[in-house]
Amino acid sequence: MITVIKEKCTGCGLCIKVCPFSAISKTSDNKVEIDLTKCNLCSACVSVCKFSAIVIERKEEEKDLSQYKNVWVFGEQKRGVIQPVVYELLGKGRELADNLGCELWTVLLGYKIKNRAQELIHRGADKVIVVEDPLLENFLDEPYTQVLVDLIQKYKPEILLAGATTIGRALISRVAVKVHAGLTADCTGLEIDPAKKILLQTRPAFGGNIMATIITPNHRPQMATVRHKVMKEAPVDSERKGEVEVLNYNGKLNSKTKLIDMIDEVGKTVNLAEADIIVSGGRGLGKAENFKIIEELAEVLGAAVGASRAAVDAGWISYAHQVGQTGRTVCPRLYIACGISGQIQHLVGMQSSDIIIAINKDPEAPIFKVADYGIVGDLFEIVPLLTTRFREVLKK
Amino acid sequence: MKIIVCIKQVPETTNVKIDSEKGTLIREGVDSIINPFDMYAIEEGLRIKERLGEGEVIVISMGPPQADQALREAISMGADSAVLITDRKLAGSDTWATSYTLSKAIQKIGNYSLVLCGKQAIDGDTAQVGPGISSWLDIPQVTYVKKIRQISKDKAVVERMTEEGFDVIETPLPALFTVVKEINEPRLPSLKGKLRARKVEIPVWGVNELGLEEEKIGLEGSPTRVVKIFTPPPREKGMILEGEPQKVVDSLVEKLKDVVIR
Repeated sequence: MITVIKEKCTGCGLCIKVCPFSAISKTSDNKVEIDLTKCNLCSACVSVCKFSAIVIERKEEEKDLSQYKNVWVFGEQKRGVIQPVVYELLGKGRELADNLGCELWTVLLGYKIKNRAQELIHRGADKVIVVEDPLLENFLDEPYTQVLVDLIQKYKPEILLAGATTIGRALISRVAVKVHAGLTADCTGLEIDPAKKILLQTRPAFGGNIMATIITPNHRPQMATVRHKVMKEAPVDSERKGEVEVLNYNGKLNSKTKLIDMIDEVGKTVNLAEADIIVSGGRGLGKAENFKIIEELAEVLGAAVGASRAAVDAGWISYAHQVGQTGRTVCPRLYIACGISGQIQHLVGMQSSDIIIAINKDPEAPIFKVADYGIVGDLFEIVPLLTTRFREVLKK
Repeated sequence: MKIIVCIKQVPETTNVKIDSEKGTLIREGVDSIINPFDMYAIEEGLRIKERLGEGEVIVISMGPPQADQALREAISMGADSAVLITDRKLAGSDTWATSYTLSKAIQKIGNYSLVLCGKQAIDGDTAQVGPGISSWLDIPQVTYVKKIRQISKDKAVVERMTEEGFDVIETPLPALFTVVKEINEPRLPSLKGKLRARKVEIPVWGVNELGLEEEKIGLEGSPTRVVKIFTPPPREKGMILEGEPQKVVDSLVEKLKDVVIR
């Protein structure tokens, strides 16, 4: 439980400011007290206190975790194609495995998929476990959970990483409950604590306004889903050798849910999560037809088309394109915001992009606060000029 | 048909600002709201009941005592009843312990056909509690549901949003769905609903009422632990390009050349 050590507290009030739950207040003797009905034990105050005056205590039980070893990456595939986020996870996974002095394994679930295993070895995996079954051809929550739980119990990995994708987030959450593991969502940083040899998992919370580093001290595997486009893709080494183990369930899997259809809507445009470049339009576009100029720029750049909530709510473009708090969180190398004022709900969905360009006619628009380059001007003039110029440069 | 909707009370993030000098959070006015995604879950529960012409929508929330307010708001929208799950011993629960606790409450309510959750909460952004609950309950789940095409007493056909488009999935009930914004437009509370919300009695369940195993709850029962919280380094100050549009565009393209060409 959480306590304030009165002798150490100087009443500086730093903890009051960081508390996301407004649970801390000053007392008459110029110390602080914590309202336990509001406190969520998030530990924000503990990390900020310069005098170590706030402590959270919990019982520590020592468990023997030595039988758990190796780093695993979930090899997400769709329609038989390994998803790019897997290569990013293999890049990070290799680094973690080398640091721990263990092996990097990939688990690949699908149907008639074992010929894909070499790709994973070329990207750094030491071993690939392939499980083939008609029920695993496309993602289904139940059989995927069943297989992954079985494999974890059999081989006991120390760390398991998956992409923070639609599939990854649904599957790994379900698995973590079954195997009693700690799970951290949507990580943007992963490292090994040099002293304790455990995984330090860093992730944004409150829409990226704060970052939290999380550990799983007493449970294994240490599981994390990882945001797209943050980790560097593993390079290809076609000379690399590794082991492939193919397992078969011989009809022992089952699923109550049934996949009836898979529909591609994004079509020829790139999907937002995987896009290196995103061109987004907002209220400033004025009407649905004007998204055409956004699409033209996106096409020249090989970019995905994004949108602000205002543009989606006006019915100019479908929800699948919405970036922001109630849409998708993205972090491409380049984000071009056109006619988007930059409400906080939009900013939290894109502010971790590498480079942000803002085009807006209002010089006071909040989007300029996060932009690396801002152009104050008429987007109907600027965007087509950009399209033309980029086309010349890219010789399209 | 009994529909249970799980909601969370969250701070309105628009009020969270960073004091760039001290690197701390500034929260003024500390407004609490129902997590926006949970509003779609409540609305969808009400719509299913209306569509079937029968049913019951029960809203539950785990949180501090003041989460009572969020439950009353759900009642004012039209939910039939609500349960507040609160106990000092639950503080510090991570998603594993939270989904355990909520699943026990759902089991206590019993005889349900559907559990609805928002796709994630806007404070934690984990999207882990919904699937966690269905895992504890051992019922099918469909995440990121953007449309319920058909629903009857024992079966539903829904659309799950994916990175590329959507999947169409058929599932028997009981099941758990997490929903995204596209699924509906939440209604405003009615006057009648507001009156009811003021008077309705909301039972409070704690560790004893739910028969929770203490080693599975709260800080002690949570596998994960936060070791550090910090503010991300602020973005470097940007540059405003000014002048004649063609020149501005040329200079911007020049700066971005290396980023765009790979």
